[in-house]
Amino acid sequence: MAQRSGESILQRFEALPIIIVFVLLLLLFMYRAPEVFLAPYIYTTFLSTLPPLILLATGLTFVIGAGEIDLSFPSIIAFSGFVFAVLFKEYDLGWIAVVAGLASGILVGFINGVIVAKVGIPSFMTTLGTQFFWAGMATVLSGGKSYALRGVEKSSVWQVIVGRPFASASTAWLQEASIQALWTAIIVGFLWLVLNRHRFGEHTLFIGDSNDVSRVVGIDVDREKIKIFTLMGFLAACAAIMLTLENKNFFGDQGQGYLLTAIASVLIGGTSIFGGQATIIGTLFGCFIIGMVEAGLVAAGLTGAWVRTVQGLIFLVAIIFYMYADEPQRRRALFANLRSFGRFGGIRTSEEGGVRR
Amino acid sequence: MTPAHDFASIVRLEGVQKYFGAVHALRDINLSIARNEIVGLIGDNGAGKSTLIKVMTGVLEPTAGRIFVREREIQPGEYSVRMAHDLSIETVYQDKSLAEKQPLWRNFFVGRQIANRFGFIDIKREKEVARKILIDTIGFRGAGITVDSTVANLSGGERQGIAIGRAMHYNADLIVLDEPTAALGVAEVRKVVEFVRRIKQSGRACIYIEHNLAHVHEVADRLVVLDRGRVVSEISPKDMTVPELTEYLIALQHNA
Repeated sequence: MAQRSGESILQRFEALPIIIVFVLLLLLFMYRAPEVFLAPYIYTTFLSTLPPLILLATGLTFVIGAGEIDLSFPSIIAFSGFVFAVLFKEYDLGWIAVVAGLASGILVGFINGVIVAKVGIPSFMTTLGTQFFWAGMATVLSGGKSYALRGVEKSSVWQVIVGRPFASASTAWLQEASIQALWTAIIVGFLWLVLNRHRFGEHTLFIGDSNDVSRVVGIDVDREKIKIFTLMGFLAACAAIMLTLENKNFFGDQGQGYLLTAIASVLIGGTSIFGGQATIIGTLFGCFIIGMVEAGLVAAGLTGAWVRTVQGLIFLVAIIFYMYADEPQRRRALFANLRSFGRFGGIRTSEEGGVRR
Repeated sequence: MTPAHDFASIVRLEGVQKYFGAVHALRDINLSIARNEIVGLIGDNGAGKSTLIKVMTGVLEPTAGRIFVREREIQPGEYSVRMAHDLSIETVYQDKSLAEKQPLWRNFFVGRQIANRFGFIDIKREKEVARKILIDTIGFRGAGITVDSTVANLSGGERQGIAIGRAMHYNADLIVLDEPTAALGVAEVRKVVEFVRRIKQSGRACIYIEHNLAHVHEVADRLVVLDRGRVVSEISPKDMTVPELTEYLIALQHNA
């Protein structure tokens, strides 16, 4: 009920809580694993490993902000990655392969949007279906093969998209700084502007707030939803191409690891799972946290399975936290539930069986 | 301000029909709304009040019939909310006019943003104008509400005030209010009735859908009674007291 008037400090500084959490975590990791987190190498590694995650999460910020979900992006990574890899390697098409890869992602996203907006199937179901369809399609078309792009680093495509501009620098860590971080920063910066200052971004948030309100204020809800899913498809295709070039290899499963991490990054960042509220800065720091936890746990000697477990846990804690922090009526409902649980469930916390506040 | 043109009605419906599948929601509606007239639209739940105003404001397309705005016929299929806005018709829905989690300034301009040709919003201008609407048009002063407040933090009456103020800002000739007092406390209802009076004073017309007969009786120039998709009578509030009106509507139900 606070901040009835004007902006509070939390509103003025977008995503402030998550930035604080990030800094605290970073300090913790620096303290626990100084050999990793106080050296520059891990940060230059992030420059090449985080961009696909950040692009996906930025797209999802729009999708989730509009009150929808996209589960199909891992398969867009597989499908667009395949389209790009096969045209690049088998047909030697260079930049045309890049364009075709992007176009295929845009197409898949567009189809998702049409099914959600025009056919009217909930996005959860739609994109669960298209996830299987396009992943299957990529496997069928590629025959389950992977495409190793040997020698790709000599091509202009590689140089421009994932090149190492400081390769001839004298410092070792600087040599590894990769250009995709710059492209990602430009795309994310632009989309921040779009979300916060463009009509399209405003429409996205209003649609997430309420489809009915959006319709009566004159927003073409269907068209905007199609645009949102198409944007997601485009960004997933960008991620696919970066990933394929960075790995110098295409394989069908290359997107699967991003399903949880990308959605988690968005929700950790403070975008509401109920839509209507979205923050790209929050998402960016959500990605940093997810990436840092991964690196930190591996540095601490834990296996990949543990990393997934911890990420899943962070994900749940974050959504529960935001749900009750952001929505007073849900907070009240929770307390009411706890009270009745206390009465009927046998846990008596006070005379009336209520919860002390 | 829109200059006074030579037209008698702002909106006129002729023989409008609306089907939802097999359901005949509106039957042969003939209705005209004059300038600076407050028309109360009453009738039981499901009588077709909401459907009627949705057809009138471009949200729903009628199955048959003709719509005239300022005596100019609207081509079926081209009528939309946007077009209604362009024709100075604004609708304030009970709970669907404002987006809860968005600040007031965005709610004032959404769908009609002050933007450059690339579609980027001039936030500073929008906030400035929103501040003016808040203080001059709606008269919110010192109520602790600013253009950055989110709708979720406003009371029901304040929300109606914001929505009506937005409609007046856009120089609407006709403001449609869909049950603006539903779920409001007594003091809040007074505020809304005040807002309706402001609409009349400013020379605009208003269609006021209301369950509470006393509220609508108080401000309307004419009452239109809807029953099962049909306009069954038009009453002047001068000719009937609120209890008589209640009796009449109950009798209507029993004649089913």
